[in-house]
Amino acid sequence: MSIRQNPETTRLPDFCNMGVMLRAMLSVNLLAFFAAAARSGGVARLPGELLDLAALVEPPLIAGLILLCGLRRWLARLDYRYGAALVVALASAVAMLFAPLFDPLGHAAFRSAHLVAGAWGAAAALAVLSYLDLRSRAFSPALAEARLLALTARIRPHFLFNCLNGVLGVIRSDPRRAERALEELSDLFRVLMAENRALVTLGEEIALCRQYLELEHLRLGERLSVRWDAADCPVDALVPPLMLQPLVENAVYHGVEPSAGPAEIVLGVRREGDVVHVEISNPFHAERDHHNGNRMALENIRERLMLFYDLEARMETQARDGIYRVRIQVPYRKGKAP
Amino acid sequence: MNPLRVFIVDDEAPARARLKALLADVAPSVPNELAGEAANGIEALERLVTAHADVALVDIRMPQMDGIELARHLGRLDPAPAVVFTTAYDQYAVQAFELNAVDYLVKPVRAQRLAAALDKACRSRPPGQEVLQRLAPQGRRHFSVAERGRIQLVPVADVVYLKAELKYVTARTREREFLLDESLTHLEEELAAQFVRVHRNCLAARAAIAGFERAAGEDGETHWVVRLAGLDERLPVSRRQWPAVKAAFTGNGAAG
Repeated sequence: MSIRQNPETTRLPDFCNMGVMLRAMLSVNLLAFFAAAARSGGVARLPGELLDLAALVEPPLIAGLILLCGLRRWLARLDYRYGAALVVALASAVAMLFAPLFDPLGHAAFRSAHLVAGAWGAAAALAVLSYLDLRSRAFSPALAEARLLALTARIRPHFLFNCLNGVLGVIRSDPRRAERALEELSDLFRVLMAENRALVTLGEEIALCRQYLELEHLRLGERLSVRWDAADCPVDALVPPLMLQPLVENAVYHGVEPSAGPAEIVLGVRREGDVVHVEISNPFHAERDHHNGNRMALENIRERLMLFYDLEARMETQARDGIYRVRIQVPYRKGKAP
Repeated sequence: MNPLRVFIVDDEAPARARLKALLADVAPSVPNELAGEAANGIEALERLVTAHADVALVDIRMPQMDGIELARHLGRLDPAPAVVFTTAYDQYAVQAFELNAVDYLVKPVRAQRLAAALDKACRSRPPGQEVLQRLAPQGRRHFSVAERGRIQLVPVADVVYLKAELKYVTARTREREFLLDESLTHLEEELAAQFVRVHRNCLAARAAIAGFERAAGEDGETHWVVRLAGLDERLPVSRRQWPAVKAAFTGNGAAG
């Protein structure tokens, strides 16, 4: 199995991303903690040292992160090495800028205090950058692997064979319906088998779901009923490819197939400020269900959301009053309207 | 030779249409006629009583009653039709079929394979109850009772307790009693998730246990009895089963 190396690994982190900010803050504070521990030389003086150092570290750290967040577009255009050098220089400069305000050592000469602060700033920036780089390297094979995993998990053989059987069932009585079904199936598979990497618009994703549901309608007939609650849907929002379809497939498999009568799937998509909310609900049949498949599809999507949005996406599930609900929140990013 | 009477059970209309078309296709080599069709196991049991089918083509995954449970109840018909399972994709089921040498067809079914399966089905014996139970280890959802030429289904969830009496097991629902032609030991094994043994001759539905009280027995000693939801009757708990019964009750969160 060959996984193409992801060329995007050596790229400056997105400093406005909450996860990146959080990790930068945590790692710098961890460094400060070790520095304090080394200097205090004993447990008794550690809290005092920590407090002193925190007062010294936090202001330039926060100011530096805000500065980098503001400059991130401009920095991102640079070659990684130049960008990284610039980030280190900026961090060092910010630390020097704050040095006169805090001089807890008290005995350092003015010039040397600047130098020490600058060196600390540069060292901290270098440490954070290399940590984030290492982290993205560690996660990038996972990205490729997750895509592969997603690919195998998404084509549920159960669906494929049932669908083909459905087409064979109508091919003599309604050849046109069979034709349409095969066209839809090939459209669906074109997307399923694509090298899905870039974000797609929500409008495209919804169109794919409609095609999928049309296919399932062929074999499930009136048992499958679908309600779209997507009047205020931001069709231009960018989302990971195949974010919705596997969830809809789950809803059909667990909510409609085990039901003898009509069962309704409700799909809600709306935008609230900078957040896109997606909700999929289906009737829940507690008795004997193949929960493994369900969990796999959900974990798959959770993992991909994390890879795409880090900490800024949320997914939760709930089974209550005979209804199973999946809720997803992703940040609204505008793409080209389809 | 009389044409083979074939009954089709599948919850998807196109899948039934496909099998009907194939049956017509193979008719020259394997003479057959359609004995009827049904969209789920319960419907199938009702119709098969009068349909006089020789072979039933039974889908595995269906709502309400799956194909394997249907096959178990079909065994009570006299004469019982031979059963050929059909499945679109179910790795687990296919493995189990291979292991137990049970006939099955993979969907989409091909005409040749269908002809071969029909041919074989009329010559081989239908799978026994134990084999079918192994195929569906999660247990059935209905008990079946042969009554006046029909098959009466009793939802497992409606049964309050099962009591062994001489040759039979009595299944007690809130309304009435049914006689099951099965052994209490087998039922206990199969339905361990829903029933707990309270006495040497009695299994109580876990969900129906409302509480416990002390009662004086015939020997003058007091012992524990089970109070049941929706039924005035009390079930004695044997001293040996008491710890397990109590644990099962507090364990399912109904205590208090």
